[in-house]
Amino acid sequence: MPYPLHTRIGRLALALLAASGFALPALPVLADGNGRMVPLTPKYKEECSACHVAYPPSLMPAASWNRIMNNLPNHFGTDASLDPATVKELSGWINAHAGTYKRVREEPPQDRITRTAWFIHKHDEVSAATWKRASIKSASNCIACHTTADKGDFNEDNVRIPR
Amino acid sequence: MNLFSLSATFPRALAALTLACAALAPAARAVTPAEQLAGYTAQAGAPASPARGQQLFTNKHGGEWSCSSCHGAVPIQAGKHASTGKTIGAMAPAFNPERFTDPAKTEKWFRRNCKDVLSRECTAGEKADVLSWLMTLKP
Ligand code: HEC
Ligand code: HEC
Repeated sequence: MPYPLHTRIGRLALALLAASGFALPALPVLADGNGRMVPLTPKYKEECSACHVAYPPSLMPAASWNRIMNNLPNHFGTDASLDPATVKELSGWINAHAGTYKRVREEPPQDRITRTAWFIHKHDEVSAATWKRASIKSASNCIACHTTADKGDFNEDNVRIPR
Repeated sequence: MNLFSLSATFPRALAALTLACAALAPAARAVTPAEQLAGYTAQAGAPASPARGQQLFTNKHGGEWSCSSCHGAVPIQAGKHASTGKTIGAMAPAFNPERFTDPAKTEKWFRRNCKDVLSRECTAGEKADVLSWLMTLKP
């Protein structure tokens, strides 16, 4: 009877996964506005880090994320469409971890993290010419400077601005 | 309870269980690029042409981007996303064994990227052409 066995193992693995999420300090984590540590799910990383780093949900409010998730076929000039089941799964998780802290509560123009007031403030020492460097290309390319952005870590100690 | 010994044994137990699940799960069958090419050619009802595939891949089709804009003219090494700058692994299967082994992933990216470059989805024949060309690229 392979089927019930499979479901039981699956449930056990899920339980272990949940448990290990608390026991393993090495999992990719990031702090949301309230300082809680939130690991990025494998599914989110798989689907949302193909074209850029996986942006932490905590950096924008849910309303902005929902507009993005409802319009993936027209995603910032590219087609990022997904099947409805995956959209639903990802949206649920994003909503649970979207930003609520006061500095990210505001919905930024174009639903861009890079247009939020806190982003502009934190990056005011980066010159217009620097943003345009071939090695950076776009402010959205966090990992060009935040060397650990793929782990959800934007700590200023890990910033290296490339030539 | 000792959290440290827990964290050392859990990943191994988890890996074993994940393997067991993968072996039992019916989903996500791995295939070879050749099998996918055979599928697309059968759907198209005509043989694939690597030359036509190269043409489709490198041409802008009147738009802003070609496939090469992100993948390079000869995609045997990593490319760079034309707007985000993110590194994209090589497309030719001989240089990147992960390519064209997951049919759902292949379909997802043909759908998205053909819409970006040609403003429409690609036909089975066009997918066969592109894949057949990529498969001619060898070290
Ligand atoms: C097919 C490629 C692709 C995929 C897949 C993709 N994106 Fe994007 N995304 C882009 C591009 C291109 C931009 C614009 C980047 C720029 O302006 O430099 C972008 C920008 C964004 C931005 C705005 C960044 C800023 O400037 O603040 C967010 C937020 C975002 N994406 C979220 C997501 C989420 C969530 C997913 C997964 C559901 C996803 N993306 C999947 C291509 C993609
Ligand atoms: C051109 C390089 C560059 C890019 C690209 C960039 N940043 Fe930054 N970022 C910086 C610099 C420089 C600082 C300021 C570090 C300091 O204060 O010492 C900073 C600071 C930050 C901080 C505050 C860190 C802290 O410890 O206070 C956050 C959060 C942040 N960036 C997020 C992002 C996100 C998200 C993206 C992509 C959407 C991004 N950055 C893209 C250079 C960059």
